[in-house]
Amino acid sequence: MAPIEIACRDVSMVFATSAGSVQALANVTLEVERGDFVSLIGPSGCGKSTLLRLIADVLQPTAGSIEVRGGPAMHARLAREFGFVFQHPGLLLWRTAQANVSLPLEVGGWGRRHDPPHQPDELLSLVGLKGFEHAYPRQLSGGMQQRVSIARALVTGPPILLMDEPFGALDEITRDHLNQELLRIWVATGTTILFVTHSIPEAVYLSNRVFVFTPRPGRVLEQVRIDLPSPRAPSIKDTPEFVKHTSTLRRALAQGG
Amino acid sequence: MPTAGRSPRAVLLRRLLLPLIVIAGLVLVWDLAIRVFAVPAYVVPTPASVGQALVKERARLLDNAIPTILESLGGFALGNLVAIAAALAFVHNKVLERALYPVAVAVRTLPIVAIAPILVLLLGNGYAPKVAIAALITFFPTLVNMVEGLESADVQAMELMHVLSASKSEIVRYVRWPSSLPYLFSAMRIASTSSVLGALVAEWIGTNRGLGYLIVLTTYDFRTALLYAAMVVTSAIALAFFFLVSILEWLLVRWER
Repeated sequence: MAPIEIACRDVSMVFATSAGSVQALANVTLEVERGDFVSLIGPSGCGKSTLLRLIADVLQPTAGSIEVRGGPAMHARLAREFGFVFQHPGLLLWRTAQANVSLPLEVGGWGRRHDPPHQPDELLSLVGLKGFEHAYPRQLSGGMQQRVSIARALVTGPPILLMDEPFGALDEITRDHLNQELLRIWVATGTTILFVTHSIPEAVYLSNRVFVFTPRPGRVLEQVRIDLPSPRAPSIKDTPEFVKHTSTLRRALAQGG
Repeated sequence: MPTAGRSPRAVLLRRLLLPLIVIAGLVLVWDLAIRVFAVPAYVVPTPASVGQALVKERARLLDNAIPTILESLGGFALGNLVAIAAALAFVHNKVLERALYPVAVAVRTLPIVAIAPILVLLLGNGYAPKVAIAALITFFPTLVNMVEGLESADVQAMELMHVLSASKSEIVRYVRWPSSLPYLFSAMRIASTSSVLGALVAEWIGTNRGLGYLIVLTTYDFRTALLYAAMVVTSAIALAFFFLVSILEWLLVRWER
């Protein structure tokens, strides 16, 4: 068995709001192994994005423990053990694509203290943006901006990639294309990926394991192993095996209510 | 884009030409009105006599324009610097903001014409009270806009900075400060003209130099041609400041275009 990269044990999260406290997550326990592509799927507001932020040490859990690569999430954050891709690219508009990708190298002087595993230009061509190095975000389409943000998350060569509905705001054609690209990048870099989505086909196409969440407060309802062969071509979506998996997930989600 | 397909020079010419035509039209109406209604020269001078005053009294106008320019520039710089520093402090210290922001608003409501004599009493007859008033008039719009601008940073960009373990100063440098520049320039465009107004009002009392002084003096002496010439020069100074700020904005805030 591969080593455990992310371990959440009995994680609960309660937000204090002006309208009282809201429980976002209840007793979530899950593990992600090295090299896994794991998706979290559930209805909107089930706390799956919150869980990603807990793992990234952007938020602290109310109860339970989170370990990232054998240590507290904060250590993993300080050591840049993960890259984060947000739902919206969040690019700095005053920086070119290249300068946006190299931002993580500049912050905290990381690039001076470490040997950068990738050159920004190299990553831009990995995500299919060769020739756009000097373009500003406003000159790029939504899909292209999201590619830049993926390259930015990869620039420090993190062993883990946390992705929060990265393709949720894109049209279906672009999304399908980027799904394919992401699988290619996953194979090329060997990164462990934890991916939040509310698209069933996306979860099946990308992952080898899927955690199905209940509505708020989010709990793990079911863990589904996707044993489709790898590498996956888009045509796999038309096979009976693929459809079998999507209906398993759909049933599980329906059961959660 | 409405300007697509035209050369920048043609666009600039068009932008300049229209207001110039309007101004020429107004001068013509002014001249005709004096002739038709036989307005005496000590009430309203003819455009031609104002032109003559501008040429004949140019040494005197220049002599009085220099202190006004220096006071406006000094006040503009001081007011903006203090406002930017205060905004940076407010964004990082909410207690300070809650304590001092209302005070800043209260000071703003005091009429400048009433503060001017008080400051002359406090600071004497030199440059100091004029610079102080120009600074005071500059301070408020910049403070309000800067606080808003520093807070306007993209949510995901801020989360990214947290994931990258960025320090507060890095967050300001990489995200908050560039995000605030469009806001700062909106404030500075307002302040560029109002700082001249502040200096002018301050010169109404307790001084014997400056365009404000010249305006008061010529009003009492019924030297209306020179009075109007002084107004033209004041307006030209304010316009020049406005253009300088706009050019600076054009150079520094390229991504907003």
